[in-house]
Amino acid sequence: MRGATHARWAVCAVAAALLATACGGGGSGGDGSAVLTSSWGDPQNPLEPANTNEVQGGKVLDMIFRGLKRYDPETAQAQNMLAQSIETPDSQNFTITLKDGWTFSNGEKVTARSFVDAWNYGASLRNGQKAAEFFKYIDGYDRVHPRTGTQTADTLSGLNVVDDRTFTVRLSQKFSSFPDTLGYAVFSPLPRAFFDDHEAWLKKPVGNGPYTIASYTRGAQMNLVRWDAYPGTDKARNGGVTLKVYTDPNTAYTDLLAGNLDLTDDVPAAQLKNAPGDLGGRYLNQPAGIIQTIAFPYYDKEWGRPGMDKVRKGLSMAIDRDRITATIYQRTRVPATDWTSPVLGIKGGDSKGLCGEWCTYDPARAKELIQQGGGLPGGQVRITYNADAGSHKQWVDAVCNSINNVLGDERACVGSPIGTFADYRDKTTKQKLSGPFRAGWQMDYPLIQNFLQPLYYTDAPSNDGKWSNEEFDRLVDRANAETDPAKAVALFQQAEEVVRDDMAAIPLWYQNGTGGYGERLSGVKLNPFSVPVYTDIKVG
Amino acid sequence: MGRYVLRRLVQMVPVFIGATLLIFLMVNVMGDPVAGLCGERQCDAATTARLKQEFGLDRPVWQQYLTYMGNVFTGDFGTAFNGQPVTELMATAFPVTARLTLVAILFEIVVGVTLGVVTGMRRGRPVDTGVLLGTLVVISVPTFVTGLLLQLLLGVEWGWIKPSVSLDAGFGELIVPGLVLASVSLAYVTRLTRTSLAENRRADYVRTAVAKGLPHHRVVTRHLLRNSLIPVVTFIGADIGFLMGGAIVTERIFNIHGVGYQLYQGILRQNTQTVVGFVTVLVLVFLVTNLLVDLLYAVLDPRIRYA
Repeated sequence: MRGATHARWAVCAVAAALLATACGGGGSGGDGSAVLTSSWGDPQNPLEPANTNEVQGGKVLDMIFRGLKRYDPETAQAQNMLAQSIETPDSQNFTITLKDGWTFSNGEKVTARSFVDAWNYGASLRNGQKAAEFFKYIDGYDRVHPRTGTQTADTLSGLNVVDDRTFTVRLSQKFSSFPDTLGYAVFSPLPRAFFDDHEAWLKKPVGNGPYTIASYTRGAQMNLVRWDAYPGTDKARNGGVTLKVYTDPNTAYTDLLAGNLDLTDDVPAAQLKNAPGDLGGRYLNQPAGIIQTIAFPYYDKEWGRPGMDKVRKGLSMAIDRDRITATIYQRTRVPATDWTSPVLGIKGGDSKGLCGEWCTYDPARAKELIQQGGGLPGGQVRITYNADAGSHKQWVDAVCNSINNVLGDERACVGSPIGTFADYRDKTTKQKLSGPFRAGWQMDYPLIQNFLQPLYYTDAPSNDGKWSNEEFDRLVDRANAETDPAKAVALFQQAEEVVRDDMAAIPLWYQNGTGGYGERLSGVKLNPFSVPVYTDIKVG
Repeated sequence: MGRYVLRRLVQMVPVFIGATLLIFLMVNVMGDPVAGLCGERQCDAATTARLKQEFGLDRPVWQQYLTYMGNVFTGDFGTAFNGQPVTELMATAFPVTARLTLVAILFEIVVGVTLGVVTGMRRGRPVDTGVLLGTLVVISVPTFVTGLLLQLLLGVEWGWIKPSVSLDAGFGELIVPGLVLASVSLAYVTRLTRTSLAENRRADYVRTAVAKGLPHHRVVTRHLLRNSLIPVVTFIGADIGFLMGGAIVTERIFNIHGVGYQLYQGILRQNTQTVVGFVTVLVLVFLVTNLLVDLLYAVLDPRIRYA
């Protein structure tokens, strides 16, 4: 028995050693061929485009896939990538033409079918893809993915292949910004290999992006190398990227300081204070499409009662955003003045200052408003958060402290932690919370629509507080139907004013992406999704 | 002896079932794991139902448990949320942690017992006081402090080691993490050996051995140590299980992808299959090492015989 165990260790050690030499032996020295190492987290779901809804998996998809559109790493504008043109007469029927000359890294051509097959797969209930929701505007979604029961169709009736390079999309409702959503990784094309041997593909995904996967040890490490035949203009300027899974961002940071790691895109909260000193100019702190808010349970009798907006506004004015972002977050958060994000840009719908006085710290007025609104329900607010990640405890305590000081009552606001994210989501989605709760939002695509509709539209998938407002819904519908982008944005901003007037959720701050890199690297920056722009990084 | 072993093995069955059932219920009480899978967005009802069916979460807990245990006996530990079979996770995690534990146990035995003997033979001398003080410090400082401190000093400041352990986690890389993991137990082993030794030094059989004119080292190793090590062996045996399960902190600090890391991930994601699977194996390790320790008694002290 003991001998057998020893043998297994030996086999594992040998296998690991072989793997290390096979992977680590790559070229070094020269500029374009050097490989950099970067910190990574274990993706929660299998790595499929429509099954990935978190940053770590998305990071890889962004390296190995290119879709119809791509969001400019600087401006966040959606630009044509594989799409030659996306045309529509009515914001409901779209004709999409592909550029010529694109292939997957296994040599297979990227055709209209690569997209249609991938989207059908993603939408189909049978495949249990967690981001299937994003196909819901396409006609026939309710048959492929009914709300309950079994599906009655395998393919979306709204998708039609015209020829190798053309396909049409019919939506079930008008949605003017639909083309701009197509940069999201969910809409990536898939090669035949994905459908022919799914298991093998998952072990080593094949895409059409600037990098290919050389080897992948699930849960531990992925070696990506530059794909030399990549037809796009954003070719990689390095030889490849090795993504290393870290059990703790603190270890990644320590490794970076020791020169054992080239790049981390997650500086732990505890190190934010030291990072500028430790790294100097190699410390990154850039705006990202993330906003933190406090949401309310409108299904609760107390919080849902008319006149409570005064209490919510009062609470908002009782929070000293400036001080909290400076002391806890070392200016890696920016006090929010609206419900979207600065990365949208003015044209995209960033409404700086829309919140106005309601988001300005004013203790006297705050106290007055809360009293006018009938005081806090039960005399106390409990802000619920998940304690397993981030620095939620710190900011919730700080926010409560700020509110308590304003009201002159030590017990007016307390934090209410929940152990894990999964449990927290379980309780929020099942309407089990009786008080306010944290509600962070990271954008899927840089559109004002994405900051408002999923969170505040009646019964939307992330509207956990069940806020509902007819005027808001109507304005969002009108904005989606509007063919002129500028007019659509203006309508969304009007809808945002409705959110403000009712203080549907309290905006806290915009979250920046943070990171740090070693002396070997140059040209490092984060995109608006707080993911490093790997293709632009130069090594040595 | 044979009957004793058999009886012990049969006793393991209820312990095993009880322990796994408890863990199974505990993870289940934590809430709906599917809720966390869709991020800040709520999965639509149909997808949730589909996923629950896929992971077998749509059935009553007792049924889930029975199915699970049934599968375990055929070697199927289910699938983690990222689509990986749990057995695959185990195959990568357990060898790493086993190696880490081995390094830690070696430290305990070699350093702990040696220090214990040295101090036990020189009670009240400066060496004894010094080591005693040292163990006091080690016991009172939490592991994560020792770990982070060593990582910072040896890894970043002096550059002697790499702050994180690589994927293959060879024995060389595991020396410092192993020392950190062993530190507290090591201190206990030292103290235990010292006390036990000091006590037995006055025993009649030692006096007899000395009176017989046996060489000093033979008195110490064959007579004194052999009898004094019984409590130490008990401690170290039980510690194997503790170290394997308790490596979470050390593995996290040094980025070791072992059992602790997988358990931590499993709990965060409320992945019943991963957590129960790993704990099941840990329970087995515990039970087996305990049995081995009990059997070792008979070897160390012939007076102890199992009928």
